[in-house]
Amino acid sequence: MENMVNVYFYGKKYSVPASLTIMTAMEYAGYTLKRGCGCRHGFCGACATIYRIKGQNELKTCLACQKQVEEGMYVASIPFFPTDKRTYDINEIKPTQQIMMELYPEIYSCIGCNACTKACTQSLNVMQYVAYAQRGEFEKCAEESFDCVSCGCCSVRCPAGISHPMVGLLARRLTGKYIAPETEHLKNRVDEINSGAFDELIQQIMQKPIAEMKELYNTREIEK
Amino acid sequence: MSAIYSESMMESVKKVEATRAARMATEPRRLTAEEKDALLKEFHPDYNEASFAEIKVGPNKGQKAPLELANMLHSTSRLMTDKVDITKVDYDVDVLVIGGGGAGSSCAIEAHNAGANVMIVTKLRIGDANTMMAEGGIQAADKPNDSPVQHYLDCFGGGHFAAKPELVKRLVMEAPDAIKWLNELGVEFDKDADGTMVTTHGGGTSRKRMHAAKDYSGAEIMRTVRDEVINLGIPVVEFTSAVELIMDDKGQAAGAVLLNMETGDYSVARAKTVVIATGGAGRMHYNGFPTSNHYGATADGLVLAYRAGAPLLYQDSIQYHPTGAVYPSQILGALVTEKVRSVGAQLVNVNGEAYIHPLETRDVNASGVIRECREGRGVEAPNGEKGVWLDTPMIEILGGEGTIEKRIPAMFRMYMNYGIDMRKLPIMIYPTLHYQNGGVEIDGDGFTTTIPNLLVAGEAAGGIHGRNRLMGNSLLDVIVFGRNAGKKAAAKYKSVELGEMNLNHVSAYDAELEAAGVKTNDVSPLLLPKYARHER
Repeated sequence: MENMVNVYFYGKKYSVPASLTIMTAMEYAGYTLKRGCGCRHGFCGACATIYRIKGQNELKTCLACQKQVEEGMYVASIPFFPTDKRTYDINEIKPTQQIMMELYPEIYSCIGCNACTKACTQSLNVMQYVAYAQRGEFEKCAEESFDCVSCGCCSVRCPAGISHPMVGLLARRLTGKYIAPETEHLKNRVDEINSGAFDELIQQIMQKPIAEMKELYNTREIEK
Repeated sequence: MSAIYSESMMESVKKVEATRAARMATEPRRLTAEEKDALLKEFHPDYNEASFAEIKVGPNKGQKAPLELANMLHSTSRLMTDKVDITKVDYDVDVLVIGGGGAGSSCAIEAHNAGANVMIVTKLRIGDANTMMAEGGIQAADKPNDSPVQHYLDCFGGGHFAAKPELVKRLVMEAPDAIKWLNELGVEFDKDADGTMVTTHGGGTSRKRMHAAKDYSGAEIMRTVRDEVINLGIPVVEFTSAVELIMDDKGQAAGAVLLNMETGDYSVARAKTVVIATGGAGRMHYNGFPTSNHYGATADGLVLAYRAGAPLLYQDSIQYHPTGAVYPSQILGALVTEKVRSVGAQLVNVNGEAYIHPLETRDVNASGVIRECREGRGVEAPNGEKGVWLDTPMIEILGGEGTIEKRIPAMFRMYMNYGIDMRKLPIMIYPTLHYQNGGVEIDGDGFTTTIPNLLVAGEAAGGIHGRNRLMGNSLLDVIVFGRNAGKKAAAKYKSVELGEMNLNHVSAYDAELEAAGVKTNDVSPLLLPKYARHER
């Protein structure tokens, strides 16, 4: 007999196996998920969920696909959160402090309550990366926010109305495009290909009989 | 922390630890071509005849497909019972992109930039896709000791010499430009201080050409291209699935019938060109395997295209990723990125033996794990699952303390979530259903071979990888062929004159099913797996 626990989905009580995640427990209870279910492996942020354990008053946040059920868990999934993404032309903007001021001015209204960090399902230091963004330290912001899955739990809890995942995303795009060093060997190879340097060689290998390809493949040298 | 592993598992861990130093001093031997063939024939699930059925109708009639896919191909359309008036057009566009993953998004960006009026429809949200979950990296031959020709050889050989040459050519020749394009959109690739890309091996690569963004490579790419789609103002209709293609009286693709996943309402999209970018099929659970795929990976695009008369290629070739999580059960089937092996972890059996080279191709390594387990050299977990060890503590010894958190933070997080510290303990893995090697057949330009103005990009397309795909060639494929489809569709639509739209192919296919005496009780495409348990 499986070990069962009582959980409450949107306030309604279900008895489910204790080994399940919130997501699989909802399916066990009979739900066919449409909202609140994406990659099911902790990468997409579709299953942002708020829960509270019976008898405790603290609200907690999690990804439903990553969190195991517990006795007395009151669960509400967040089907959609109106995160405020501002649009821009990546080729026009520049990695200056000014750009955050223009696109996400509300980050300067942060009151330092740290609710975002407490809510982060990836255990990121969200308030810190927003602070980096305020100071125009985009590289640090990018690194600190890198593992963000944009579930939006931080924004749900923010009294200043900041869309933290969008701030991190902007910092990462600015860093990837403008701040990180350029890759010389990549540029060279693209130029070589565009100039036709490999055209003849690729035509040759495409036309080789299978037997010759097998020989080439099975005896190819593998870089150590 | 180690209390989480059972006593018998810990006994085996001791053996893994005891042999570690000796194993690290020598690299396991690579198998010969003959040894690989023998291993695959005996242990790879593709050779399990019982898990395939003959396709009874359509362009691939007489060929085999996995049972679950055959069942979908043999099922009837929703539109045989639900009648939709297709003369009432809700969306009228130049390019209709079905699917909002890496391929669909790249396609939409390029089509938009080429001046087309493009729209994405997607079953869940934009970015709910296997691209988001790709961890290890993306291949491109951009280093001085490498070349697109070398990449071609690895890809073609790793795919058992079955790939279509013109598709491999496009994949490898456009790879460096794909990386450059992504980098210029702001994707943060792992680089050294001088800008040199940090690259590693993947299974079956002969040069270190795996570019990565930690072990969030796909997520970093997907969230960037998604952001760009939104910046460009491209309309994205979410929670809306294409359930059938619409054709016109000239036999051209002319749009799709759409289903609102939440309200059940139908709508009609008319389009001069249609791109199927619906992704993979892991949620069909072929051979009963768990999967690393996202919730919506149900082969919908294959069904849509097939019903309209487009042939499939290598629909019987499935990739089982050698290292799926088996323990704890909450993460069963989750991907443990190949990068774990790229940065040094070996595959080790219950006796502490490194029984195979960790960077053989995926089909070979998956077969190796299955062999060890079937022949009694597997580890047994308390949840009843079997597997072998992935000796992750080796990574910290080889790369220095902190390497795991720096290079594979997602893996570290996934296991720490359940109290397993992979820096100190090996983790248990078994193959997981990962990728559909085949798909809808396309020509060198990305168009289907039979239906004018219909293109396919990404995992839904077949022929790029032959019968086995290498790590890092799928992220590459979605970007290269996604971009290509966008450019080609945008070039094509200007000369397209649509005739009168119809759904004749749907009833014709149904008649064919009837004539063949095939009957299932299902409708297709599946759209979502049936996971809800109902007591009665």
